[in-house]
Amino acid sequence: MSTYSQLRAKAETEAASLPPLLAQAEHLAGTVLLGEHGRRRSGLGDDFWQYRPVQPGDSLRLIDWRRSAKTDAQFVRQREWQVAQSVMLWLDQSPSMGFSSEDGQPTKGDRARVLALAVAILLIRNGERVGLTGTLLPPRRGEGQILRLTEMFLLEEDGDYGAPEARAMLPHARALFVSDFMGDFDSFQEALAKAADRGVQGVCYQVLDPAEEDFPFKGRAIFESMGGSVSHETKKAGDLRARYIERLSERKERLRALCRATGWQYGQHHTGESAQSALLWLHRALEHRA
Amino acid sequence: MIAGLPIGFTAPWVLLALGLLPVLWFILRAIPPAPVRRMFPGVILLLGLQDEDSVTDRTPWWLLLLRMFALAAVIFGLAGPVLNPEQKQSGNGPLLIVMDATWASASDWEARRTMVSALLDEAAREGRPVALQRLTAMQELQFRQADTWKAGLAGVVPMPWVMDAETAVQFSDSLGDTRFDTIWLSDGVERSGREALVKAFQARGELRVVQTGLGVIGLEAARYDDGQIVLAAQRTQAGLARDVMVHAIGPDPAGAERVLATLPLQFEAGQSRAENALVLPSELRARLSRFEVQGVRSAGAVSLSDDSLRRREVALIAGREDREGLQLLSPLHYLRQALEPSADIFDGSLGDVLPANPDVIVLADVAVLSEGEQSAVIDWLNQGGLLLRFAGPRLAASEISRSEEDPLLPVRLRAGGRSVGGAMSWGEPKSLAPFPVDSPFYGLQVPDEVTVTAQVVAQPDPTLADRVIASLSDGTPLVTRKAVGEGQVVLVHVTANAEWSGLPLSGLFVQMLDRLAVLSATEMDNAERLAGTTWQPVKVLDGFGRLQDGQTLQGIAGEQVLENPLGADMQPGLYRGSDRLLALNVMRPDTVLEAVRWPSDVPVEGLRGAISRDLSGILLAVALVLLAVDVLASLAVSGRLWRARGVATVLAVMLMVLPEAPLLAQSSALEDLEHAREVVLAHVITGDRLIDETALAGMRGLSDVLYFRTSIEPAAPVSVDLERDELAFFPILYWPITPDQPTPSREAYCKLNTYLRSGGMILFDTRDADVAGFGASSPNGRKLQKLAAGLDIPPLDPLPEDHVLTRTFYLLQDFPGRYVSRDVWVEAAPVDAERIDGMPFRNLNDGVTPVVIGGNDWAAAWATDERGTPLYPVGRGRAGERQRELSYRFGVNVLMHVLTGNYKSDQVHVPALLDRLGQ
Repeated sequence: MSTYSQLRAKAETEAASLPPLLAQAEHLAGTVLLGEHGRRRSGLGDDFWQYRPVQPGDSLRLIDWRRSAKTDAQFVRQREWQVAQSVMLWLDQSPSMGFSSEDGQPTKGDRARVLALAVAILLIRNGERVGLTGTLLPPRRGEGQILRLTEMFLLEEDGDYGAPEARAMLPHARALFVSDFMGDFDSFQEALAKAADRGVQGVCYQVLDPAEEDFPFKGRAIFESMGGSVSHETKKAGDLRARYIERLSERKERLRALCRATGWQYGQHHTGESAQSALLWLHRALEHRA
Repeated sequence: MIAGLPIGFTAPWVLLALGLLPVLWFILRAIPPAPVRRMFPGVILLLGLQDEDSVTDRTPWWLLLLRMFALAAVIFGLAGPVLNPEQKQSGNGPLLIVMDATWASASDWEARRTMVSALLDEAAREGRPVALQRLTAMQELQFRQADTWKAGLAGVVPMPWVMDAETAVQFSDSLGDTRFDTIWLSDGVERSGREALVKAFQARGELRVVQTGLGVIGLEAARYDDGQIVLAAQRTQAGLARDVMVHAIGPDPAGAERVLATLPLQFEAGQSRAENALVLPSELRARLSRFEVQGVRSAGAVSLSDDSLRRREVALIAGREDREGLQLLSPLHYLRQALEPSADIFDGSLGDVLPANPDVIVLADVAVLSEGEQSAVIDWLNQGGLLLRFAGPRLAASEISRSEEDPLLPVRLRAGGRSVGGAMSWGEPKSLAPFPVDSPFYGLQVPDEVTVTAQVVAQPDPTLADRVIASLSDGTPLVTRKAVGEGQVVLVHVTANAEWSGLPLSGLFVQMLDRLAVLSATEMDNAERLAGTTWQPVKVLDGFGRLQDGQTLQGIAGEQVLENPLGADMQPGLYRGSDRLLALNVMRPDTVLEAVRWPSDVPVEGLRGAISRDLSGILLAVALVLLAVDVLASLAVSGRLWRARGVATVLAVMLMVLPEAPLLAQSSALEDLEHAREVVLAHVITGDRLIDETALAGMRGLSDVLYFRTSIEPAAPVSVDLERDELAFFPILYWPITPDQPTPSREAYCKLNTYLRSGGMILFDTRDADVAGFGASSPNGRKLQKLAAGLDIPPLDPLPEDHVLTRTFYLLQDFPGRYVSRDVWVEAAPVDAERIDGMPFRNLNDGVTPVVIGGNDWAAAWATDERGTPLYPVGRGRAGERQRELSYRFGVNVLMHVLTGNYKSDQVHVPALLDRLGQ
C-alpha cells in the first residue's frame, strides 16, 4: 500500500508523460458548464470559431473592428461553444486487489489506483469535472479535487471482492470502472444496467495479475481469497490450470458482452506490463466516443 | 570382504537396516507433500473444480528413489565400509619386523613404510609386542608396544649401504631363544649373510618375506674411455627388455644444477647389464657432477663423478716470448687455440705453475731448466704429470741431452737438428708416416699437407725404437716419449708454431694433443698411491640418492678407501684428498646385482599394494549431497522452489562448482575491438604515476584538439602496457622517458619492432628540454639510449627545415612543448635527397619517420582535464598560450604525418601537375 505522497508522485509522473487528454464531450445533459470542449458551433467559449457578417440585433460591442476595417462590411467574431464533462470513477479497493504474485511487482490495487488517478489528473487538467461514483465525492474541477480523489483512493474496503457503486450517477456523464472484476458478476450487471439507463457511458478496465492470467501453480495447494472467506484445496494444482483459464476467459467474455450491450468499452491490463501503455489505452478509450 | 569386491565392513550388522528400505518406500510413497497455502484472488473461479487424478498426490517415484539412495548411503556409511580390508594375520606372540633398509629399497620406501605402519597397527590391535630391525643399522632387539614403534616410524629411512655379512651372523647368534614370528621386508638383492638370518628366524618362529616384484637398478660409476663417457647399469631381474634414461647432471654456467645430457640405457631381454657411451663436448663433460637414473629414487641409481671426468689443467710455458704482437709466430698460439676449448690453461713460470699441480706442462722450445726447477718437475712427473715438450731453435742450438740423455727429454738429440726441403738442402719436405699400432696416435689419419721442413733429430739409441710414437716418412722420429715415474715426458721434434712444420696448422695437431692429454686424465687411484693419505667426505649420499653435507663426518685413511665395504663409517659420496676429489659410489667396481634366492620353505609375498581405506566418510558425504538434492527436488515438486529461492540458491551453490569465466581475455579482446574501430592515441606506461597521468591527459588534450580542428576524430586515449597490450591498433605511441622506468622484455621489443616496421610511430619525449643535448648525459637521455638500443631505429637527423612535419597541417618552424627547444630528431634524409630548382622542398623521405625524438615535454603542454582546462602552465601570459597553441599544432602535424605520410610532400608537385593538365 503506497502512502499518500508516493501515490501522488507516481500518478503525477504517469500523467506528466501524456499529451493533454481531451475527453470528448458529446452529450450535455443537465451539466452545462463551460469547458474546453468545442461543440463545433458558436457559443460561449474562449476559442475563435468564425467571423460572420453583422446581423441586425447584434450589439455594436460585438463587432470585430480589426476584421471589419479590412472591408466595407462589418463582422462579428464568434467563439466556439465549449462545455465541460463529468467523469465518474469507480476504483475497486477491496482486499482482492491487494494481490501480487511476485516481489517487486505492484499489486493490482496499486496499479489500478495509479491509473485511475492519472486519468483523473489528465481530465482535471483539461477542465473536466472528475469525481467518484456514489455520493461521497461528486464531480468537481480544480486541483483540489486531485487531492480529494487521492485521499479517497487510499481508503480500503472490507469484504473480499468489490462491487461497483452505481448510485447517484450524473446522467450522460462518463464513467471509468477499474477493478479485477472477480466479484459477484450480478453486481456488475446491475451497475452497468443502471448506468446505461442514465445514459452514462464509460470504460470497464480489468486489472489482473499475470499469475491470475497464467495460473502457474503446481502440486498440492490450498488457495485462499485475500480476505480468507473463500478457499479451495487441490491436490494437483497443475491439472486445474486449463479449466481455470477457461473459466477466466469465460468471465472476461461475459464482461465484454455486458459492456457491448450497455455501450461501454472493455479493456484489460496486467500488472506485469507497463502502466504507460495502460494509460495510453485509457486515454484513447475516454477520448473516443463509445 | 564382499565376494569380488575389495570392500569389507566393520559393522556389517547395520546392513540389516537395508531391509527396512522397502517398508520405508511404502510409507514415504503414501505420504503426499504438505499442501501450500496460497493467497489467490482467482480462487473464486476455482470453486467447484474437482481434481481429476487422485493418485498424483503421492511422492514422485524418482524423488522416492533419491531418498532411498540417500538412506542406503547412510546405512552403508554407518556400517563402516573399508576398501581393501586387511586380511587377518594368524599368529600371536612377539613379532619381529626386519627391513633390509638398503638403498635398493629406497625407491618404494613409502610403500614399505606404509606396510610397516599397517603391520604395527595390526599388531597393536592384537596386542602383540613388536621389534623393528633394520639390517643396515642394527640395534639390540627390543620387543615393545607397537604404538611406540609407530611414533618413530617417520625417522626410519633406508641407508646407502648394505648389510654387513659379519654383523648379520653376529645378530643371528645374539637372538637367544625367544620365540617370535618374523616378517622380513627385503629389497630383493642377493648378498651374503642372508642364509644365516633365515635359519635363525625360522628356528624361532614363522618367517614371511615381503618384497617387490620390481627389480633393482644400480648405476655403475662412469668411466672415461676413448673420448666417451661409458655408463653402465645393472639390474636384478634380467627379464624383459627395459629402457632407462640416465641424466647427466651438473651446474650450468649460472651455477644452478641442471640436466646437461640424457643417455638411454637399453637392457636387452634376459640381460642384466646395459652399457652405453655418452659423447659430450669437453666443456660439458668437465662440469658433470653426477649421473642419475631417471625416475628411480635410490642411492644406487646415482653415480657421482669425480676428477676422472674433470677438465684437464695444462700449463703452457714458452722459452721465447720476445716477439710481441706477432701472434701467429708465438710458439704457444696454436697450442692455446687447440687446448682452450677442452682444458684449463695456466700461464706463468714453472715456479708458479708447479704448485698448482697441473695435469700437463707444455714446454715450447724451452731448452734448459734451472736445477731446482728440474728437480721439481721430476717430482711432479713422478706423481703422474705429463711433460709435453716442443722443439725449436733454442732446443736445437742448446747442448742439452747431447752426450747423455736429459731426464726431461725422452731421447738424446743430435747437434743442430736438420732442415729438409729448404733452399739450402736437398730433398723435399717430409711428410708423416702412418702411426704404428702401439702408438697412442694409432688410428689418426695423417693428412698429406702436413710436412716437416725442420726438426731436431734423435740420436740412435737402444731405447729409441721403443720411445718413438710418431715418425716421418723417412723414419726419423717426430714424437718420442718416455715414462718418468708415474708420469711421462713427450717430445715433439718440431716447433709448436708453424715455423718448422705444417703440423700445428692441421687438425691432426689437435687430435694428437687430445690423445696425449687424455692419457693424463686422473685415473682410478691405486692402493699404493693412496697409502698414507686421508680422505675427507665432502658430500655423502643418503639412501634416496640425495647429496647431504659430509663435512662433519670423519676422514678415512687412504688404504681403506678401496677395500673397506661401505657402511656408516664410510658412506658413499665425494671425498677430498690432498689434491683431488674421489667419488665413492654405492655400486663399487666389483658389485654385482643379483636377485635374491630364498629357500623354498620361506613364503614370499609382494608388498601390499592397496591400502585399506575407510569409505564411510565418502558414503555419508554422498548421503548428505543426496539429501540436499532431495530438499531442492521436494521444493520443486511442491511448487515452493520459487518461494524458497534463498535456500535453493545456497543448496545449489553447495552442489555446484562454479566455473570460472575467462573474463579477462574477453575484455581484452573487446578493448582491442574498440581500438581497431577508432583512431586511438596511446602512451606508454612508464610506471611513474604522475607522468603516466600527465601523458594520458596530454593525449586527451591532443585528441580534443584534433577532434575540433581536423577530420581526425580520435576516441578516448589509452595507456599501453608494452608487455601486455597489442600495439598494432595505435597510429602513434607517446613514450615519455623516466630514468627509472623498466626496460621492456625481449618479447616487448619484438612487438615494438614489428610495430615500427609496420608503420607505427613512437614519439619519444625525454621531458628535459634536451638541456644536455643528445648523446650527452642527462639521465633521461641516457635512459632513452638504453631503451632505444633494442629498437630497430634508422639513422636520425635533427628535423630539417623542409621536413614534411613542418607542413602536414600547420606551417611550423618550432616544435615547442612545455619547453622550447628546436632539437627534434627524425629519420635522416636519404643521402641523395637534393633540392630541385623551383621546388621549395627537397623530396625527402618516402615514408613516415618511425620515431620522433625530442625533449619538450609535449604531453604536459597538451594535458587537459575532462573539461578541457589545461593542467599545466606553459610559458608566461599570452606568449605562453601561444606556445601551448604551437605545441598543439605540432601534435596535429605529427598525427597528420602519421596518418597521411608524405602526402604533403607530394603537394610539392601540384604546380607541375596543374601545368601539365593545362596543356
